[in-house]
Amino acid sequence: MARIEDWALITSGGRYVEDVRDPALAGCRYGAFVRSPVAHARITGIDGSACRADVFTAADLDLPPAGRGPVVQPWLARDVVRYVGEPVALVVADDRHRLADAAAVVRVGYEPLEPVIGVEQALAGEVLLFPETGSNVVRVHGTSFDGAGFEGCEVVVTRTIVNQRLAPLPLEVRGAACVWLAGRLVVWLPTQNAHAARDLIAAALGAPVRVITPDVGGAFGAKMGADPEVVVLGWAARRLGRPIRWTETRSENLVAMTHGRGQRQTITIGGRRDGTVLAFRLDAVQDAGAYPRSAAKLLPKFTCLMAAGAYRIPVVEARVRAVLTNTTPVASYRGAGRPEATAAIERAMDLFAARIGMDPVAVRRINFIRSFPYTTPTGACYDSGDYHTALDRVLAAGGYRELRAEQERRRAAGDVVALGLGIGCYVEVTGGGGVGEGARVVVGRGGVATVHTGSSPHGQGLASTLTMLVSHRLGVDQVIVRHGDTDLIARGTGTFGSRSLQYGGSAVSRAVDLVVDRARDRAADMLETAAGDVELTAGVWRVRGAPSSRGLTWAELCSAEELAADVWFDDAEPTYSFGAHLSVVEVDTETGRVVLRRMVAVDDAGRVINPETCVGQRHGGLAQGIAQALFEEVRHHPDGSLVDGCWGVGASELPDFELLDMATPTTRNPLGVKGIGESGTIGSAPAVQNAVIDALSHLGVDHLDMPASPMRVWQAIS
Amino acid sequence: MKVTIEVNGTVTSHDVEDRTLLVHYLRDTLGLTATNVGCDTSACGACTVLLDGESVKSCTILAAQASGHMVVTLEGLAGSELHPVQRAFRERHGSQCGFCTPGMIMAVVSLLRDNPKPDRDEIRLALKGNLCRCTGYQNIVDAVEAAGS
Repeated sequence: MARIEDWALITSGGRYVEDVRDPALAGCRYGAFVRSPVAHARITGIDGSACRADVFTAADLDLPPAGRGPVVQPWLARDVVRYVGEPVALVVADDRHRLADAAAVVRVGYEPLEPVIGVEQALAGEVLLFPETGSNVVRVHGTSFDGAGFEGCEVVVTRTIVNQRLAPLPLEVRGAACVWLAGRLVVWLPTQNAHAARDLIAAALGAPVRVITPDVGGAFGAKMGADPEVVVLGWAARRLGRPIRWTETRSENLVAMTHGRGQRQTITIGGRRDGTVLAFRLDAVQDAGAYPRSAAKLLPKFTCLMAAGAYRIPVVEARVRAVLTNTTPVASYRGAGRPEATAAIERAMDLFAARIGMDPVAVRRINFIRSFPYTTPTGACYDSGDYHTALDRVLAAGGYRELRAEQERRRAAGDVVALGLGIGCYVEVTGGGGVGEGARVVVGRGGVATVHTGSSPHGQGLASTLTMLVSHRLGVDQVIVRHGDTDLIARGTGTFGSRSLQYGGSAVSRAVDLVVDRARDRAADMLETAAGDVELTAGVWRVRGAPSSRGLTWAELCSAEELAADVWFDDAEPTYSFGAHLSVVEVDTETGRVVLRRMVAVDDAGRVINPETCVGQRHGGLAQGIAQALFEEVRHHPDGSLVDGCWGVGASELPDFELLDMATPTTRNPLGVKGIGESGTIGSAPAVQNAVIDALSHLGVDHLDMPASPMRVWQAIS
Repeated sequence: MKVTIEVNGTVTSHDVEDRTLLVHYLRDTLGLTATNVGCDTSACGACTVLLDGESVKSCTILAAQASGHMVVTLEGLAGSELHPVQRAFRERHGSQCGFCTPGMIMAVVSLLRDNPKPDRDEIRLALKGNLCRCTGYQNIVDAVEAAGS
C-alpha cells in the first residue's frame, strides 16, 4: 500500500519550513547567526556598526536565564564562547543577499582561552569550562565498581575503545519562521515534539506560543524541542515587529546542530574457558560537548541500562561519566546511548571469544538470555525475546558455515582481499524516554475520521500506519491524520526513542475503542434496539444477526453530530526490541579499503502493523549504523575546530540489505508492538565493525575503532 | 539583471540580483518550492533539476547561466498522469522524509534517459551525487529498476 504522505512528496514536494508561504509571513525579514570561530575564548567586544542590518547580542536580550545554575548554554554567548559554532549575535536583514553581506562584517573580539578537547583533557580538569563548579564532570550515572565479579574468572579481557562522535545530518538543516499575531508568537518549526518546543519558547519569552510543525526533512534525534536560536528569533521578531525567517547553512549545521555518540569506553569481560561469561564492566566517559544536553542525562542512562545486551551475565557493572569539552553539545542521535552500549558488549563478546579461541557465534549462544521476562543486573526488565532464534536465522540465511570455509580458503591461498564475518546481536529499549501520548479521534459528517496525535512523525510514515489502524477498525474509507500543531493537538509528547506506535498508536487505538463504544450506543438508539444487539461490520452498523437489515453508515450515524474521543495513554511500559545482524566484508589488505558485501538482518519489533514503513525504518537504520562503522566521524583539531565532517553515505557504498522477518509479541501495550526506528542502527554498527576486525584476525588484529577507514585499517596491519 | 528561463513549459522573465542561484530563482522568484537546498557544497543533490534535459544541481549554477535555456523541476514532471519515475517512487516506498525526493526523482529521470535499463550497481553509482539520509537507498534502487522496466 502506498503511503498517504507520498503523493505530495513526489508531485509538488513536501512543505518544509522554507516552503511555508503563509500570508502572515509577508514582508518577513531574514535572520542569521554570527557564530564563534574559536572553541574557547573571552568575548572582548562585538561591533556591528559596519552592518547595514539589525544586530542583536546577549546584551540586548531581556530574557530570563536559559536554565538554572551556571552550567547552561545562554541564548547567545555573553562573556565566554565555549565551542566553534556557538551563536554570538543575531543579524536581521531585509533579504538573503543583504543578510549574507551583513553577517560577514560583524566584528567580534576574542581573547583566547585554552580549549578542552577530548575526554582525557576534560577529566584531567586542568582547564575548566565552568571554573565555579570545580570540575568538568557534569554527571555520573551508574554503579561504582567492586571487582568481585571478576574474581572467579579464568579469563579477563580489558580494552579501551571509542564510540566516535557523529553528526546527525538530516537532509533538511534547522530553520524557523516566526511571527507575532495578537500578542502571541506563531513559530513554524521543524521539530520532533512541538509541545515541548512551545513550552520552552513560551517560558523564555513570557508569552503564549503556537508551534506549527511543517513537514520535517529528517531529524534523527537532533530536532528535539527548540534550540536556543529559536528563542532569540522569537524575541527579535517581537522587538522588530516583523516576521523573521531563519535557515542555517549546511556548514553551520555541521558545527551548530547537536552531535551524537562520543563515548570512550573501557570494557572488561571475564569468564570461563568453556565460553561462559561471568562478569562485564562498562566504564564510559561521555563527551557531552560544551553545554549539557541529553548526553549529560539520557545517553548515560540508556548506556548503563542496556549494558548487558542480550546476555545472561551474573555481574554487570556500568558507569558513564559525562564531561564537558569545548565542542558542539552532544545529544540524541538515532539510538541515543543504546548503540554505544551495544557496541561495547558486542565488541567485548568478540574479544572474549578471540581470547579463548572460540567462534563468536558459539560464545553468544552459550550466554544468551533464554527466559522472559528477565531483569538485567543494571535494571532493564526485558519483556519478551528469542535471541538465539534471531541469530540462527541470520546465520542460516547468510550461509555462515560456508562463509567461514571461504574465509579459510582465502587465507590459505594468501588472497590479499580478506573476508570478514561480523555478528551484532542487540536488545534495545523502545519507548523508554518519555511519558504518555495524546490522541483524539473524531468521526464527523460524511463519515470522515480525523486523528489528532501527539506523536510527531518526520519521515517514518506514521500517518499511513495510523490510517491503516483506524480505517481497519472503523471501516471508514477516509482518515485524516493531524500532528505537530499545538493549537490542534491539546497535549502531545512527540516522536523519539522509537516510541510513536507504542504510545501514539496505542493512544489512537484506545480512542478508537471509545468512539466505537459511543457509536454503538447511538446506533442502538437509531436502530431502536439495545446496544448489545448492534454490531459493526465493514463500516456499517446493523442489528446483530440480521445482515440484510437496515444498516447505518458512519456518515448516517454522524450526520447530525460528530462522535469523538480524547485519550491520554500512559499505562504502557517500555519494550525491548531485539535482533541479530550478520555482516560480510571484504578488506583489501594492500590498501585498507573495506567493502561491505552483505548485510543480513533480523529485527524483531513485536507485532508489525505496517510492513512497508517497518522495512523502511530498518533500511534507514542499517545505513546509518553501517555509516558509523565504516565512514563517519566528527573529529576536532586540538584547537577545537572541526577537521573532518564527512557527511552522508552514498547509494554506491551500500549493498542490498537482506531482511528476515520475526515478530515476538509483547503484552506491554494494547497493540503488542515494540519500536523499530533505531534497531537497524544499533545492530549494524557492531556487526560491521566486528566483521572488519574478523577479516584481519589472522594478522593479529583484535580491535579497531570505528570508522574503519582505509587509513585506520592500513595502519593496523602494517 | 534580467533573466528569461523556460520553466516547466512556461517562459518566465524577471529582474534578479546578479548572484542569484538558479535554485533561488526557482524557489523564491517563481515560488516553485519542490526543489530543496540541503547543503552549500554541491554535495547533496536535493536541488537537482533538468536543464535542457540534463540533470544539474541548481545550487551550482547562476540563474543568469540558465537564461535562454529550459528547466524542468519536479512540479513540471507529471502530465495528465504521474511520470513513471514518480509512480515507481510511490509504489516502491522510495521516500521517507521526502526532502531528497524531488532532486532524486529528477536525477533518476536523467539517468533513465541515458540508460533506460540500468542494473542495480549502475543505479547506485549514478545516484551517488544524491544523498538520502532516511531510506538506505534500497527502495529508491527498487523504484529506479521498476521505472526502467
